[in-house]
Amino acid sequence: MLTGLLAAGSPLALLAPSRAWALDLTSLTSQEGTTLLAAARTIAPHDKLEDAAYALVVHSIDGLAAKDAGLRQQYREGLAQLGANFATASEEARVQALKAVESSPFFQTLRTNTLQLLYATPMAYAYFGYEGEAFSKGGYLYRGFNDLRWLPEVPQGDSGPVLGST
Amino acid sequence: MTRIDPNDDGAVVIVGSGAGGGTLAHELTRRGIKIVLLEAGQRQSLASFSQVPGEAFGQLTWLDPRTQSGTWGVAKDFPGLPVWTCKTVGGTTVHWTAATPRIRPWEMRARTTYGPVAGTSLIDWPIPYEELKSYYQLAERRLGVTRRNGNPGMPASNNFKVMYAAARKVGYKRVHTNHMAINTLPRDGRGFCIQQGFCVQGCKTGAKWSTLYTEIPRAEATGNLDLRIQCMATRIEHNADGRVNAVIYRDSNGMEQRQKARIVCVAGNSIETARLLLLSESARFPHGLANSAGQVGRNYCHHISGFVWGTFEQPVKFWRGAVLAGIVEDETVNEPKRGFVGGYHLELISLDLPTLPLVGLPYGWGRDFAAIMEDYRNMAGMFICGEDLGRADNRITLDPKVKDAYGSPVAHVHVDEHDNDKALRKHAQDQAAKMYESIGAKRVIRSLTPPATHNMCTARMSANPRDGVTNAWGQTHDINNLFVSDGSAFSSPGSANPTLTIVALALRQGEYISRQMAAKNI
Repeated sequence: MLTGLLAAGSPLALLAPSRAWALDLTSLTSQEGTTLLAAARTIAPHDKLEDAAYALVVHSIDGLAAKDAGLRQQYREGLAQLGANFATASEEARVQALKAVESSPFFQTLRTNTLQLLYATPMAYAYFGYEGEAFSKGGYLYRGFNDLRWLPEVPQGDSGPVLGST
Repeated sequence: MTRIDPNDDGAVVIVGSGAGGGTLAHELTRRGIKIVLLEAGQRQSLASFSQVPGEAFGQLTWLDPRTQSGTWGVAKDFPGLPVWTCKTVGGTTVHWTAATPRIRPWEMRARTTYGPVAGTSLIDWPIPYEELKSYYQLAERRLGVTRRNGNPGMPASNNFKVMYAAARKVGYKRVHTNHMAINTLPRDGRGFCIQQGFCVQGCKTGAKWSTLYTEIPRAEATGNLDLRIQCMATRIEHNADGRVNAVIYRDSNGMEQRQKARIVCVAGNSIETARLLLLSESARFPHGLANSAGQVGRNYCHHISGFVWGTFEQPVKFWRGAVLAGIVEDETVNEPKRGFVGGYHLELISLDLPTLPLVGLPYGWGRDFAAIMEDYRNMAGMFICGEDLGRADNRITLDPKVKDAYGSPVAHVHVDEHDNDKALRKHAQDQAAKMYESIGAKRVIRSLTPPATHNMCTARMSANPRDGVTNAWGQTHDINNLFVSDGSAFSSPGSANPTLTIVALALRQGEYISRQMAAKNI
């Protein structure tokens, strides 16, 4: 079980029934989950991105590991190698610990999974300003695909008209 | 739904339903020819396209195993994914970004223009540009290409405004919103572009041309098309005369089936086209079909590609808008004084948030990597598309160890980069960096070489049968009723995104095949 609090003022806090979150783990232990969360944050350190986003990464990896014994073993051994105090160590120490295993298949899996999962979370979309799927909102044709104003406009001869504009 | 009997030996069998196979199927069926179209993937629709990037990738991408080797960066950085192509009805026209420049006349005379270059296997195309040009014009009308035939250009997106200002600042003159097979107005029974930025995940308005919802339904409407989905061709058979006469495939239940054929056209994208010819070895053709010159799979070209990103003090929001709607053409020239032969395009590009860190950036993690991601809002991007030079040993072979789900050897991709490739890439990256820096970029980031989306030349057209696999019509030199109908048949890659040229060649080949059938030559 991993637990935490959504930051006050987080866009998610407005939507969530409570600011407290808790994550049940099925294949990883709480200790492993804690180490994994710290490792994910070290790989992709966005200080103002809340723990809940990284916890979703842990949750997804836990789910993948539940279905794949080989993956579970790889995470179990790799996380153990990072040590029991990894999560509470300084960032510098965590970076050193990950650098020491950087060429291992475990690290490659960890890095790829972290990047794949973290930037696909709704928290990351909100944090980076990425708006995602646009079809249901009519695309950006009339919602700012050309709203940049800090550079000159492009002459019509090298571009083209916006449908419906004069 | 039309059903052609498996024992009907009058049928033309086409393998693959993308730009080449899908277009050819339409061209032949509308002339009254019965076609069996085998497609390994499933059939999606505008409604079923996922707009979750990771899901869309899984829905459309060819993920069957392939192996690779060589000095190109992809072998090290993306060992499991040498190329990024599709396995779905419509092939890569479902995920393509719809840029449709033409190959230049001097690019089609690669050997003549570039002269002898050590370590390459350059040849000229056996087709004069003037002849291909008339099919380009047909293809551009068919696809509704912007800035051609009176079609308006695409409007300038935020990302293009950055590209345009930067290009002008460094003195480039030929800069515009690209030639795109995307409707800016309702046309051809399809919608118009609403600038979603989701070209790669499948265009939900159908504004972007794809054989999935143009050529294929039109071919079906003739009553002459038997499209068989989730049917993976595994072997082409021949008779005692050495003419092909059947295609063996696995159906959607994994059962082996055999379809007799009068003619077979292979359009499985360069990797699988070469693989299928090689897999079809027999006592008479021990090295595979159409391979008497040992050329099948060789001369593999993939374009010199990569991303260059600029980050700025102010927002760009480059994810909004048609992904590739911008081009700089000034470097599409042969100027050996730059330190290399051949040219390149710089094209506009953006990547969605989940995909950028996976394929768009240099390898990395930690603070510096995160700092790049922090600037996602303020990022502008360009894609390099440059000519790579054919080399005999850059080739597709059958992997002796790794087998697919049906027990067939998988394709092995080997690419060693030529010094010319490296020099061209560096020049393109430097020019792109100079562009962004000239308008005050905070930082410029050069990506790894991503998995290849343009795959060409593995069964190339050649005037001399010793230099290639097919004649000027995509008809194999060795077997007159076996055709290559995709980018594999290019004699050289040029620097143009390949789809328009694949379509032009398919339109031309469709005329040729129907004439030859009428004359009973095949």
